Amino acid sequence: MAVRVQETGFDPGAELNAFTAAASGAGAVVSFTGVVRDLDTGGLDRMEIEHYPGMTESAIAKIEAEAVRRWRLADSLVIHRYGALAAGETIMMVATAAPHRADAFQAAEFLMDYLKSRAPFWKKEVTADGAAWVAARDADEDALSRW
Amino acid sequence: MIDVLYFAWVRERIGLPRERVETGAATVAELVEELRAREDRYAAAFADLSALRVAVDQELADFDASLDGAREVAFFPPMTGG
Repeated sequence: MAVRVQETGFDPGAELNAFTAAASGAGAVVSFTGVVRDLDTGGLDRMEIEHYPGMTESAIAKIEAEAVRRWRLADSLVIHRYGALAAGETIMMVATAAPHRADAFQAAEFLMDYLKSRAPFWKKEVTADGAAWVAARDADEDALSRW
Repeated sequence: MIDVLYFAWVRERIGLPRERVETGAATVAELVEELRAREDRYAAAFADLSALRVAVDQELADFDASLDGAREVAFFPPMTGG
Protein backbone atom coordinates (compact mmCIF):
# COMPACT_ATOMS: atom_id res chain seq x y z
CA MET A 1 0.00 0.00 0.00
CA ALA A 2 1.53 3.30 -0.98
CA VAL A 3 0.34 6.92 -1.04
CA ARG A 4 2.28 9.69 -2.74
CA VAL A 5 1.11 13.30 -2.76
CA GLN A 6 3.48 15.36 -4.84
CA GLU A 7 3.85 18.53 -6.89
CA THR A 8 6.13 17.02 -9.51
CA GLY A 9 4.88 15.14 -12.55
CA PHE A 10 5.21 11.39 -12.93
CA ASP A 11 5.20 8.79 -15.68
CA PRO A 12 2.09 6.63 -15.21
CA GLY A 13 3.47 3.94 -17.52
CA ALA A 14 6.69 3.59 -15.57
CA GLU A 15 4.76 3.62 -12.29
CA LEU A 16 2.43 0.89 -13.51
CA ASN A 17 5.34 -1.26 -14.70
CA ALA A 18 7.10 -0.94 -11.34
CA PHE A 19 3.86 -1.64 -9.47
CA THR A 20 3.13 -4.71 -11.60
CA ALA A 21 6.67 -6.05 -11.19
CA ALA A 22 6.47 -5.66 -7.40
CA ALA A 23 3.07 -7.38 -7.28
CA SER A 24 4.33 -10.47 -9.10
CA GLY A 25 1.98 -13.40 -8.64
CA ALA A 26 -1.05 -11.18 -7.99
CA GLY A 27 -2.82 -12.33 -11.16
CA ALA A 28 -4.72 -9.09 -11.82
CA VAL A 29 -3.58 -5.47 -11.97
CA VAL A 30 -5.98 -2.59 -12.66
CA SER A 31 -4.97 1.04 -13.04
CA PHE A 32 -6.70 4.37 -13.58
CA THR A 33 -4.97 7.55 -14.69
CA GLY A 34 -6.64 10.97 -14.30
CA VAL A 35 -5.70 13.64 -16.83
CA VAL A 36 -6.41 17.40 -16.74
CA ARG A 37 -9.33 17.98 -19.11
CA ASP A 38 -9.55 21.20 -21.08
CA LEU A 39 -12.78 23.21 -20.78
CA ASP A 40 -15.54 22.31 -23.27
CA THR A 41 -14.88 25.70 -24.83
CA GLY A 42 -11.11 25.22 -24.70
CA GLY A 43 -8.94 27.91 -23.19
CA LEU A 44 -7.87 26.35 -19.91
CA ASP A 45 -4.69 28.15 -18.97
CA ARG A 46 -4.01 25.86 -16.01
CA MET A 47 -5.63 23.91 -13.24
CA GLU A 48 -4.49 24.69 -9.72
CA ILE A 49 -4.87 21.95 -7.14
CA GLU A 50 -4.77 22.84 -3.47
CA HIS A 51 -4.63 20.25 -0.69
CA TYR A 52 -4.43 19.91 3.07
CA PRO A 53 -0.93 18.61 3.85
CA GLY A 54 -1.06 15.96 6.54
CA MET A 55 -4.76 15.28 6.28
CA THR A 56 -4.43 14.41 2.60
CA GLU A 57 -2.03 11.57 3.28
CA SER A 58 -3.93 10.24 6.29
CA ALA A 59 -7.31 10.46 4.51
CA ILE A 60 -6.00 8.49 1.52
CA ALA A 61 -4.32 5.93 3.79
CA LYS A 62 -7.67 5.42 5.54
CA ILE A 63 -9.45 4.94 2.20
CA GLU A 64 -6.80 2.41 1.17
CA ALA A 65 -7.14 0.56 4.47
CA GLU A 66 -10.89 0.32 3.92
CA ALA A 67 -10.30 -1.10 0.42
CA VAL A 68 -7.96 -3.71 1.89
CA ARG A 69 -10.61 -4.62 4.46
CA ARG A 70 -13.27 -5.09 1.75
CA TRP A 71 -11.33 -6.80 -1.04
CA ARG A 72 -8.54 -9.31 -1.33
CA LEU A 73 -5.76 -7.00 -2.46
CA ALA A 74 -2.09 -7.84 -2.87
CA ASP A 75 -1.14 -4.18 -3.17
CA SER A 76 -2.43 -0.71 -4.04
CA LEU A 77 -0.93 2.58 -5.12
CA VAL A 78 -2.32 6.13 -5.09
CA ILE A 79 -0.40 9.06 -6.56
CA HIS A 80 -2.06 12.51 -6.55
CA ARG A 81 -0.48 15.78 -7.62
CA TYR A 82 -1.06 19.31 -6.40
CA GLY A 83 0.03 22.71 -7.70
CA ALA A 84 -0.40 24.12 -11.22
CA LEU A 85 -1.11 21.67 -14.07
CA ALA A 86 -1.78 22.22 -17.77
CA ALA A 87 -4.45 20.45 -19.84
CA GLY A 88 -3.25 16.97 -20.77
CA GLU A 89 -1.02 16.56 -17.73
CA THR A 90 -1.49 13.56 -15.48
CA ILE A 91 -3.16 14.56 -12.20
CA MET A 92 -3.30 11.23 -10.43
CA MET A 93 -3.29 7.50 -10.70
CA VAL A 94 -4.63 4.54 -8.80
CA ALA A 95 -3.43 0.97 -9.20
CA THR A 96 -4.63 -2.18 -7.50
CA ALA A 97 -3.27 -5.72 -7.57
CA ALA A 98 -5.31 -8.73 -6.55
CA PRO A 99 -5.45 -12.49 -7.11
CA HIS A 100 -8.50 -12.02 -9.37
CA ARG A 101 -9.78 -9.18 -11.53
CA ALA A 102 -13.11 -8.53 -9.78
CA ASP A 103 -11.33 -7.47 -6.59
CA ALA A 104 -8.84 -5.33 -8.51
CA PHE A 105 -11.54 -3.55 -10.55
CA GLN A 106 -13.89 -2.95 -7.64
CA ALA A 107 -11.17 -1.76 -5.29
CA ALA A 108 -9.87 0.66 -7.95
CA GLU A 109 -13.36 2.11 -8.44
CA PHE A 110 -13.89 2.36 -4.70
CA LEU A 111 -10.56 4.20 -4.30
CA MET A 112 -11.48 6.61 -7.10
CA ASP A 113 -14.96 7.33 -5.75
CA TYR A 114 -13.61 8.08 -2.28
CA LEU A 115 -10.63 10.09 -3.54
CA LYS A 116 -13.02 12.39 -5.39
CA SER A 117 -15.12 13.29 -2.36
CA ARG A 118 -13.16 12.40 0.78
CA ALA A 119 -9.55 13.33 0.11
CA PRO A 120 -8.93 17.04 0.79
CA PHE A 121 -8.10 18.33 -2.68
CA TRP A 122 -9.69 21.36 -4.37
CA LYS A 123 -9.41 22.19 -8.05
CA LYS A 124 -9.46 25.66 -9.54
CA GLU A 125 -9.70 26.32 -13.27
CA VAL A 126 -7.78 29.35 -14.51
CA THR A 127 -8.52 30.93 -17.90
CA ALA A 128 -7.66 34.25 -19.52
CA ASP A 129 -10.99 35.54 -18.16
CA GLY A 130 -10.31 34.63 -14.56
CA ALA A 131 -10.38 31.73 -12.14
CA ALA A 132 -13.18 29.55 -10.77
CA TRP A 133 -13.20 26.81 -8.15
CA VAL A 134 -14.56 23.54 -9.49
CA ALA A 135 -17.84 22.75 -7.73
CA ALA A 136 -18.37 19.31 -6.24
CA ARG A 137 -20.89 17.29 -8.23
CA ASP A 138 -23.85 15.61 -6.56
CA ALA A 139 -23.09 12.57 -8.71
CA ASP A 140 -19.70 12.21 -7.02
CA GLU A 141 -21.28 12.24 -3.58
CA ASP A 142 -24.03 9.86 -4.73
CA ALA A 143 -21.37 7.47 -6.07
CA LEU A 144 -20.31 6.72 -2.49
CA SER A 145 -23.71 5.29 -1.60
CA ARG A 146 -23.13 2.22 -3.78
CA TRP A 147 -20.32 1.09 -1.51
CA MET B 1 -5.64 28.40 21.58
CA ILE B 2 -6.56 26.54 18.48
CA ASP B 3 -5.16 26.57 14.95
CA VAL B 4 -7.87 27.39 12.41
CA LEU B 5 -7.15 26.58 8.76
CA TYR B 6 -8.99 27.67 5.63
CA PHE B 7 -8.81 26.14 2.17
CA ALA B 8 -9.93 26.98 -1.38
CA TRP B 9 -12.54 29.76 -1.62
CA VAL B 10 -12.92 29.87 2.16
CA ARG B 11 -9.24 30.84 2.36
CA GLU B 12 -9.69 33.42 -0.41
CA ARG B 13 -12.80 34.94 1.15
CA ILE B 14 -11.25 35.27 4.60
CA GLY B 15 -7.90 36.30 3.17
CA LEU B 16 -5.53 34.04 5.06
CA PRO B 17 -4.65 30.33 5.12
CA ARG B 18 -4.45 29.84 8.89
CA GLU B 19 -4.53 31.66 12.19
CA ARG B 20 -4.34 30.96 15.91
CA VAL B 21 -7.62 31.67 17.63
CA GLU B 22 -8.19 32.25 21.32
CA THR B 23 -11.56 30.66 21.93
CA GLY B 24 -13.72 29.14 24.60
CA ALA B 25 -15.97 27.49 22.02
CA ALA B 26 -17.09 24.01 23.05
CA THR B 27 -18.14 22.96 19.56
CA VAL B 28 -17.32 23.73 15.95
CA ALA B 29 -20.67 25.54 15.64
CA GLU B 30 -19.76 27.83 18.56
CA LEU B 31 -16.40 28.57 16.96
CA VAL B 32 -18.19 29.45 13.70
CA GLU B 33 -20.45 31.87 15.60
CA GLU B 34 -17.41 33.56 17.15
CA LEU B 35 -15.68 33.87 13.78
CA ARG B 36 -18.83 35.15 12.05
CA ALA B 37 -19.13 37.93 14.61
CA ARG B 38 -15.59 39.17 13.90
CA GLU B 39 -15.81 40.85 10.49
CA ASP B 40 -17.83 40.86 7.29
CA ARG B 41 -15.31 38.63 5.47
CA TYR B 42 -15.84 35.90 8.07
CA ALA B 43 -19.62 36.34 7.97
CA ALA B 44 -19.44 36.01 4.17
CA ALA B 45 -17.31 32.87 4.31
CA PHE B 46 -19.58 31.21 6.87
CA ALA B 47 -22.90 32.45 5.42
CA ASP B 48 -24.01 29.03 4.19
CA LEU B 49 -22.75 26.14 6.30
CA SER B 50 -24.29 23.61 3.91
CA ALA B 51 -21.61 24.71 1.42
CA LEU B 52 -18.83 23.99 3.93
CA ARG B 53 -17.10 20.97 5.37
CA VAL B 54 -15.07 20.84 8.57
CA ALA B 55 -12.22 18.73 9.88
CA VAL B 56 -11.16 18.55 13.53
CA ASP B 57 -7.55 17.44 13.99
CA GLN B 58 -7.48 16.38 10.33
CA GLU B 59 -10.57 14.14 10.57
CA LEU B 60 -13.83 15.05 8.85
CA ALA B 61 -16.34 16.10 11.50
CA ASP B 62 -19.80 17.61 11.93
CA PHE B 63 -20.52 21.18 12.95
CA ASP B 64 -21.81 19.93 16.31
CA ALA B 65 -18.50 18.14 16.99
CA SER B 66 -16.78 18.87 20.30
CA LEU B 67 -13.60 20.94 20.37
CA ASP B 68 -12.52 19.41 23.68
CA GLY B 69 -8.77 18.83 23.33
CA ALA B 70 -8.78 19.83 19.66
CA ARG B 71 -5.59 21.45 18.32
CA GLU B 72 -6.62 22.16 14.73
CA VAL B 73 -9.89 22.94 12.95
CA ALA B 74 -10.12 23.34 9.18
CA PHE B 75 -12.93 24.79 7.07
CA PHE B 76 -13.26 24.13 3.35
CA PRO B 77 -15.75 23.53 0.54
CA PRO B 78 -16.70 19.99 -0.57
CA MET B 79 -13.62 18.27 -1.92
CA THR B 80 -12.93 17.91 -5.64
CA GLY B 81 -10.02 15.50 -5.94
CA GLY B 82 -9.40 12.72 -8.42
